Amino acid sequence: MLHLRVAEPMRECEYSQISTRSSTPMETPYKKRTPKRRKWQAFPGRNKFFCNGRIMMARQTGVFYLTLVLILVTSGLFFAFDCPFLSMQITPAIPVIGGVLFVFVLGTLFRTSFSDPGVLPRATPDEAADLERQIDVANGSSSGYRPPPRTREVVINGQTVKLKYCFTCKIFRPPRASHCSLCDNCVERFDHHCPWVGNCVGKRNYRFFYMFILSLSFLTIFIFAFVITHVILRSHRYGFLNTLKDSPASVLEVVVCFFSVWSIVGLSGFHTYLISSNQTTNEDIKGSWSSKRGKGNYNPYSHGNVFTNCCAALCGPLPPSLIDRRGFVQSDTPQPIPPTNGITMYGSTQSQSHMAAATPLLQSEPVILTDEAFLPGRTSLGGPCSGALPLGGHPTPPTSTPNLSCDNDMLPLRNEQSDGLRHHHTDGGHHHFLTPEEAPSPPGMLPCGSPLGHSHTIQGFYNPASQDSLHEDSVRGLVKLSSV
Amino acid sequence: MANAHNLQDLQHQAAVASKVYVQRDYNSGTICRFQTKFPSELESRVDRQQFEETMHTLNNLYAEAEKIGGKSYLEGCLACMTAYTIFLCMETHYEKVLKKIARFIKEQNEKIYAPLGLLLTDPIERGLRVVEITIFEDRSIGSGR
Repeated sequence: MLHLRVAEPMRECEYSQISTRSSTPMETPYKKRTPKRRKWQAFPGRNKFFCNGRIMMARQTGVFYLTLVLILVTSGLFFAFDCPFLSMQITPAIPVIGGVLFVFVLGTLFRTSFSDPGVLPRATPDEAADLERQIDVANGSSSGYRPPPRTREVVINGQTVKLKYCFTCKIFRPPRASHCSLCDNCVERFDHHCPWVGNCVGKRNYRFFYMFILSLSFLTIFIFAFVITHVILRSHRYGFLNTLKDSPASVLEVVVCFFSVWSIVGLSGFHTYLISSNQTTNEDIKGSWSSKRGKGNYNPYSHGNVFTNCCAALCGPLPPSLIDRRGFVQSDTPQPIPPTNGITMYGSTQSQSHMAAATPLLQSEPVILTDEAFLPGRTSLGGPCSGALPLGGHPTPPTSTPNLSCDNDMLPLRNEQSDGLRHHHTDGGHHHFLTPEEAPSPPGMLPCGSPLGHSHTIQGFYNPASQDSLHEDSVRGLVKLSSV
Repeated sequence: MANAHNLQDLQHQAAVASKVYVQRDYNSGTICRFQTKFPSELESRVDRQQFEETMHTLNNLYAEAEKIGGKSYLEGCLACMTAYTIFLCMETHYEKVLKKIARFIKEQNEKIYAPLGLLLTDPIERGLRVVEITIFEDRSIGSGR
């Protein structure tokens, strides 16, 4: 059931060290006893990490492997079956150019898939408390059943933009940022979540994504054109049926390329338009800056001309990752009492829950997410993110109320926690499997009002007092929201 | 970090009274800028002028990091042509400026804020969301370093 990865043995050792050293809960010299953990191991989002935090992907990577297989197989067949003939009959430059394109495609794909899209780290407990205080002051005593959605208005270049409050990350999202429900992270300049690359596309990897689809378009067209050429040239010499017999792979390549070309080229065109007008997929779908919304509606982020917009998007400075995956967790950062102390009393359960908690490890619920991820994507073979759009395209609902309801949805689930780590499918596909990671991993990243629904499955296993207090805080937070 | 040790000692001597957060200013768009409004909690602690100067310098440094111009385009194109492998050997411009900012904050802390019982946290440690200012209640015999 559990899928083992490279990082796991190391992690197992670390966790067994914890269980042997600290024998009682509430031991204060926590930082001296526990070996240093890297921040990626305590990351609250739903991401997978590989190579000790160097590689970061979304949880569901099945479709990414499909993309990889399609590209490798099609290109491999091209180089094996068509290139020898073509290089002899026409020019050896063909496999060379094909090779360059192929390498470029893979490079940009890996870069898109493995890098941090621009995830915003969650607020520390102190920050969250400070914001809550500010919001309370601003709201005063609200008379309605629910307080108004938490928004802030800001004027950017003459346009009024609403900043929404993210209940999961406890921050006011910067403009153009959005919360990805699949990865459970706020991502800066969120474009969409692409299952085909197995990652979100945001500020930091948009240019790689664009270059990936652009180069893939060229590669697809290239392979398509030259396979057809090959088949035609060969047919002239040996007849069509013989050609098919000698080179059956060509048929497969033509089919794959034919279906891919439409979607990928279409997507490239769409993103070229987006880049030149400096919009995200999200904004375009919602028509945020469309003139249909009002006469004075324009895109405040655009630099004015197509050239500057393109340059800024593709050649602008590459911002660094804000989440510092490979840094060590500082024990002196403000954090709630680590629930791990409670876990240590339950030896095997703890290691099991840690293993279950480790984000890369859980593979046992592809069924749930696959449905979500695949549904839009199934529409066309090579239709990557056009399929992903409905999925990731609406991570920010028009008001923040859906966020509220999202959190509220999790409340009733607490009653079913006797299932422990069982599957629980909610509308948002929230993964209670991963939630154990949040309880046992105290450091820095966890706000004290830890995502409400996430911690409750643990209670099926054990019930440390600290877990309850975390819970209480988050419940209290929600009650405050809905209180008069 | 020597600074961390000094300031950790300060922390040990003094108790944390409160934290003030200076939020981001999005009026100029998505670029990194912090509000320069003087927080009321610091009124008794630090000179308004001094604080605003620190914030302005900080904002200017971030603007320098994110500036799009000839130099950044050159870097971008060069990186693209080398398939971004060039960043295995050299730092991006942004990272260089971030280091500069870290040095600036350390210097400001040592020279100005620590003697007043304040500590500025580098915004990058808070995901560039806020500038966290910790106010220490000085309980030690001598004033903090």
